Amino acid sequence: MRGLLLALLALIALSAPLAAQDMLPPAPYAYKQLADPAQERKAQALMETLRCLKCQSQSIADSDAPMAGDMRHQVRTRIAAGEEPEAIRQWLIERYGDYVSYTPQVKPLTWPLFAAPLLFLALAAFLLRGRFRRSKGA
Amino acid sequence: MIAELGLAMLWMAAALAVLQLVAGALALRPATAHLAGVVRPVAMLQGLLVACAFAALIWLFLNTDLSVKLVAENSHSAKPFIFKLAGTWGNHEGSMLMWVTIMSMAGGFVALIEKRLREETLIATLAGQAFVSLGFYAFLLLASNPFTRLPEPAPEGAGLNPLLQDIGLAFHPPTLYVGYVGLSIAFSFAVGALVTRDVGPAFARAMRPWVLGAWIFLTLGITAGSYWAYYTLGWGGWWFWDPVENASLMPWLAATALLHSCSVLAARNALRTWTVMLGVIAFSMSMVGTFLVRSGILTSVHAFAVDPTRGSFILALLAIYIGGALLLFALRASTVTEGARFAVVSRESALVFNNVMLCGILGIVLVGTLYPLLTEAMGVKVSVGPPYFNPVSAVFAIPMMLVMAVGPVLRWREDKGGRITWQIAVPAAVMAAALLAVELLFAPINLLPALGLAIAPGLAVASLQPLVGRNLRRTPLATYGMVIGHLGIAVALFGMASEGAFSTERLAAMNPGDSQQVGPFKVTLQDIGPVAGPNWTALEATVAASYAGGAATVLHPQARVFANPPGNRTESALLTRWNGQLYAVLGEEGEDGRWQMRFWWKPFVPMIWYGGALVALGGLLALMGRVARDVKRLVATDKIAWRRERQGR
Amino acid sequence: MSTAEQSKRPGLAVWLPLGLFAGFLALVIVGLYWPADREVSSAFIGKPLPAFDLPPATDERPGLATAQFQQGGKPRLLNVFASWCVPCAVEAPQLAALAKQGVEIDGVAIRDRKEDVARFLGQYGNPFARIGKDDLSQVQLAIGSSGVPETFVVDGKGIIRYQHIGDIRQEDIPLILRKLAEAEGGAQ
Repeated sequence: MRGLLLALLALIALSAPLAAQDMLPPAPYAYKQLADPAQERKAQALMETLRCLKCQSQSIADSDAPMAGDMRHQVRTRIAAGEEPEAIRQWLIERYGDYVSYTPQVKPLTWPLFAAPLLFLALAAFLLRGRFRRSKGA
Repeated sequence: MIAELGLAMLWMAAALAVLQLVAGALALRPATAHLAGVVRPVAMLQGLLVACAFAALIWLFLNTDLSVKLVAENSHSAKPFIFKLAGTWGNHEGSMLMWVTIMSMAGGFVALIEKRLREETLIATLAGQAFVSLGFYAFLLLASNPFTRLPEPAPEGAGLNPLLQDIGLAFHPPTLYVGYVGLSIAFSFAVGALVTRDVGPAFARAMRPWVLGAWIFLTLGITAGSYWAYYTLGWGGWWFWDPVENASLMPWLAATALLHSCSVLAARNALRTWTVMLGVIAFSMSMVGTFLVRSGILTSVHAFAVDPTRGSFILALLAIYIGGALLLFALRASTVTEGARFAVVSRESALVFNNVMLCGILGIVLVGTLYPLLTEAMGVKVSVGPPYFNPVSAVFAIPMMLVMAVGPVLRWREDKGGRITWQIAVPAAVMAAALLAVELLFAPINLLPALGLAIAPGLAVASLQPLVGRNLRRTPLATYGMVIGHLGIAVALFGMASEGAFSTERLAAMNPGDSQQVGPFKVTLQDIGPVAGPNWTALEATVAASYAGGAATVLHPQARVFANPPGNRTESALLTRWNGQLYAVLGEEGEDGRWQMRFWWKPFVPMIWYGGALVALGGLLALMGRVARDVKRLVATDKIAWRRERQGR
Repeated sequence: MSTAEQSKRPGLAVWLPLGLFAGFLALVIVGLYWPADREVSSAFIGKPLPAFDLPPATDERPGLATAQFQQGGKPRLLNVFASWCVPCAVEAPQLAALAKQGVEIDGVAIRDRKEDVARFLGQYGNPFARIGKDDLSQVQLAIGSSGVPETFVVDGKGIIRYQHIGDIRQEDIPLILRKLAEAEGGAQ
């Protein structure tokens, strides 16, 4: 699965020098939950839908990259300060574009994404029309 | 010597594939029909040769022959035996050889045993199979020769990536390959049937065991892959809707649909065009998935250099085979009449509904996976992730599961809802009661997990209903297969919903001696110390976990360091109970000397994989039932033929 | 099977799969041979620098605050770097060359220790007028930077004008100088 991808990429990258890592400890709220469970739930739900910018398609909620840790710190401190999750998402989208959000934003560019399911159903109905036999009673 | 022999056998196998294709194609013309006798033996010989070539590569890996480039780049003399073996296919060239091996052996097997199909259709099928194999032979021999020698033998091998040095991942890719290749047989059957315009129940019966077999392996592959991601990635997630996961899910969805439409075609001679179409689609999805993974086209930010030549080669194969098959389909589908009709309330229409919904899910997974590529072509980057896939696939999956609850008790051709009132009412009542219980006891829960928790028990009850009132000893194995397969879906759904609804996470910085509460568990970090494995060293934590005040069980999460080649991997520790799993991860040491520990309590999460295993078991039973019946019939017809021959004399 | 039960033949719909497949091929061919830029560029170009006030990352230079970018004057470079980042060391000569040509460069050191920054500057030179210390990547996140090194052109009013992702190579210098000149023209 994804591990396979990581492994394949790692195979490709074997000859490349290992990326340097910083020596600083993680940000305070990178690996620390908020004391208020309701706030932590909100933060967790948001983090699971934000994309880690330094990783191979992982959310910031499941990445060990230092930058993902710093982003978790941002999210948790902002939630603790009473900010709404969607406001934080918008704040990040303002800076990184839609790429940072795993939740596609509804806008002209993404409507086909939401129209696709309806389109498939309509297509199926079209293909199957006349496939059914009228029941004998009717 | 062994390497040269392997290469020679590979070339010979490729030459035989050419012969198989040419003779098969010519045999379809009346003037050269006598060539048909060549095709079966050639297919068998080709399978045998390529199997020997693969055995040669395995031998080279097991003996760490460092004069072979592939071995030197991917193996190491100090590696455990099992990973030397797995190293054979843990790289691009070896995995492609494995692919061709399985494909040609399967083709040879078809040539050996398939007797039901009209000989003409079988010859066309084998020719199609040779055509598909040829592309992969070309890929291997021209662009990724696994047997290349080094000018000077390497002093030592570069080793296998630490991520791959895991028993789960060692056998995960081959499982998926077997699945993909099984679908290639279905593809060849579809092409053969289109060529000879011979789409009917015999075609469906010949194809079905291959689809079933492929589907079993795909189910196992996805289940194992999901579990592997769950325990290796160290964050407790089991499905991420990552492009690579989607690449393995899409063939499974198509194969599931194909499996069900096959039964309609076999039993009722309906859905002819649709089944042929799915036969093409299922293998297309395997190739699309392989392409997406190997070309690196969908990897994301700050990506590594990607090898576009491999991507180009697979893309060319994809264009030739899938494009060709779809063209053939468009030209011939209008001559394959659609077959018998059925009433709105009938088993057929339930299966059609299931097919449409599966294809709907397949469609959105494909669209969602490719959409970022589309917007990138227009200069905008977007991400499509779980917040899209989860609800949108549920829109299709929920109605599908509701129909799945009643479909198996419906009659073929035409039925009346009134006949099965009880079979509808009982699961419906269970679902309603479960929903009520969930809402009253555990609110607030998100909508999707709540629906999952409600539907799963109802579906479990419903899946057993086809056995009610039957003589259990005389019920065919295939029926048991269906019951267990559907039950497996219910079990997996329950695991997924429970994980989504009830997981508890605990992140903590701990000193040895500190304790934390994780759900019902009290965990105590006792000690942290170094340990050594066969080719790694690790820091290992000793964690005592006691459930609801009971006796403590000791867990050992590790942070492993590999030397050849250098790399790190976290090894999470799992404590499995009947009602869930405790998941422990050792993180880094903080500046204050405390250790970053991560814990999760995930109620009933193993049911996801138990469910997957049940689904595969159901498939296995169905396969055994079908094959046993086929063998019986085969023996019977052989006897008749033998008697006739004797009487003739 | 009676012929009365056979349905009519499928029409144009049978060409649909081939059409969709052609679309798929076109899409992946474009993606494979004309791949989009894999970098995540900042969406904050053209917007004012967000408010921040970073403490100094080294004793030799003062810290960095937004106000210092808004005092009119020439456009400046804002270089996001770290002592632990190899490409940052690689681009040091280019930054030195730019500084020699009179370009004013401010630095933001990401997740770094003072002693490491001092060692890095001692080894590779110090082209910076001011260096802020960003331990939580807060400024980095606020300006939409997704890695190190990245270099931003900020005009005299504190508006971000341009983003360069990755290390500055020799051949990038004219482009950077042009962007600086454009920013100067635009700000007046």
